[in-house]
Amino acid sequence: MKSLILALFGLSLCSITQPVAARELAVDLSKTVVPITASFDGSELLLFGAADPKADIVVIVRGPQHDELVRRKERVMGVWVNGAEMTFKNVPSYYFMASNRPIEEFVSPELARQRQIGYEEMILTLKNENALADQDKNSVSQFHDALIRVKKHQGLYGNKTGNVHFIGNRLFRTELKFPNNIPVGSYAVDVFVFRDGKIADEKTTILGVQKIGIEAEVYDFAHRHALPYGVLAILLAGMAGWLANTIFRKG
Amino acid sequence: MQIYLPIAEISVNIFLILGMGGGVGFLSGVFGVGGGFLMTPLLIFIGIPPAVAVATEANQIVASSVSGVLAHWKRGNVDFKMGIALLIGGVIGSSLGVVLFTFLRGLGQLDLVIKLSYVVFLGIIGFLMLIESINAMRRSRNQGAPKRRTHNWMHGLPFKMRFRRSRLYISVLLPISIGIFVGLLAAIMGVGGGFVMVPAMIYLLGMPTAVVVGTSLFQIIFVTANVTVLQAVNTQTVDVVLALLLLAGGVVGAQFGARVGVYLKGEQLRGLLALMVLAVCAKISYDLIVTPQDLFSLGIGGH
Repeated sequence: MKSLILALFGLSLCSITQPVAARELAVDLSKTVVPITASFDGSELLLFGAADPKADIVVIVRGPQHDELVRRKERVMGVWVNGAEMTFKNVPSYYFMASNRPIEEFVSPELARQRQIGYEEMILTLKNENALADQDKNSVSQFHDALIRVKKHQGLYGNKTGNVHFIGNRLFRTELKFPNNIPVGSYAVDVFVFRDGKIADEKTTILGVQKIGIEAEVYDFAHRHALPYGVLAILLAGMAGWLANTIFRKG
Repeated sequence: MQIYLPIAEISVNIFLILGMGGGVGFLSGVFGVGGGFLMTPLLIFIGIPPAVAVATEANQIVASSVSGVLAHWKRGNVDFKMGIALLIGGVIGSSLGVVLFTFLRGLGQLDLVIKLSYVVFLGIIGFLMLIESINAMRRSRNQGAPKRRTHNWMHGLPFKMRFRRSRLYISVLLPISIGIFVGLLAAIMGVGGGFVMVPAMIYLLGMPTAVVVGTSLFQIIFVTANVTVLQAVNTQTVDVVLALLLLAGGVVGAQFGARVGVYLKGEQLRGLLALMVLAVCAKISYDLIVTPQDLFSLGIGGH
């Protein structure tokens, strides 16, 4: 009991002598919503934070999770046909990692695997593993790698080291770039502070990617009132055809 | 200049889309085909999701066909009676086609079926048309007009009807069955079906080439309108923004095309169309046969 009081006293003393912010990780984004407007062609935003400048910083952005179906083509009578397929569940639609220096220099491979730091370390689980034929079980890693390879090729998975910069003695910043094919939804931005090979602090911020204005209205209309939308689409097309003809007849 | 497509959910270059619309629209005006068999593969090639490409293209063909029909109508080149007979078949066929489309998608081989139907139908029709038009060009140089009609079993069918504009007296069952077949293909392949219907009208029905183009466009308007509504309701994949961009380019192109088309002789028209059809067929066959860069692809999850 005595020691506990002493410890508490020591802790409060510590917080008096040292400002709270010196220990804590603080994070903020330059905007909390990435708006997709008619002229959307990718977007970038700034992540600011404050942390111990002697620590290492890793930022991970994960997009909304979906089931992802991976197909492998096979040659049947000279033609490439979709053959075996596997579905992985809860796959992040987007994954981006940024750090202040190469993560191998301060994160052990075990920890990287455990916390899935870097897209190479992503753990993907099959949706219906029991339904797999025995000969397919050996090729799961092939499908796993293929999924990550295709996502990387689409610009939806990426790692970038050296782009988290400390400015001033505690403040750090990084630029997050989103390509123009990012999926809509809720994104999680995780910031990790590494000290002595361990995670000293972490914080999650939510970022929304959503359609705004006419983009959102068209999408909602098409999904909520499908029949009027279809009829309107035809009427628009018919009018455009007639209009073009009228203009050309006069011209 | 980039524009974000709300349904396709990707950002595209606005001038690329306008240009594609204009180019395909021009060819559509010249040959009286909707141009879908060119545009759908092109859209998929630039990264539009296939389902969106197929449904949106149907919507765009409505516009270019309306524009084309009006241009042909002015010259009296639309046989409305024949068009309606084809249309009855077309609506039946395209509705059946959407059912078949859904069934094939469930089997997971829709892509392959679409590509194989492209190869088979474009290949057969392109090849037959090319041979016929070469023969016709040779004949017209040597002798007079070719013999157009022959008397065969088709003339023994019931429900005969007079199609004045086409100068035909045939069974109404013929255009209706052609309509059903073309409608079926239209829904599965995401095309208007003109490239099948035009030769069918010329070679099976024996219609004069001048009337064929306008009449085919007339029928295509309604079949693609039917497909557009069915897709909008079933799959929500009709992207109006993409369609408007394509048709803005397309309707203008079709007007120019229709003007150029009248300067070409029927057999020249058919010969050029045949070459174009064969080129698309060759490209799709090549893609099916050559080893893809990555054997793996991502589909839509949780199917």
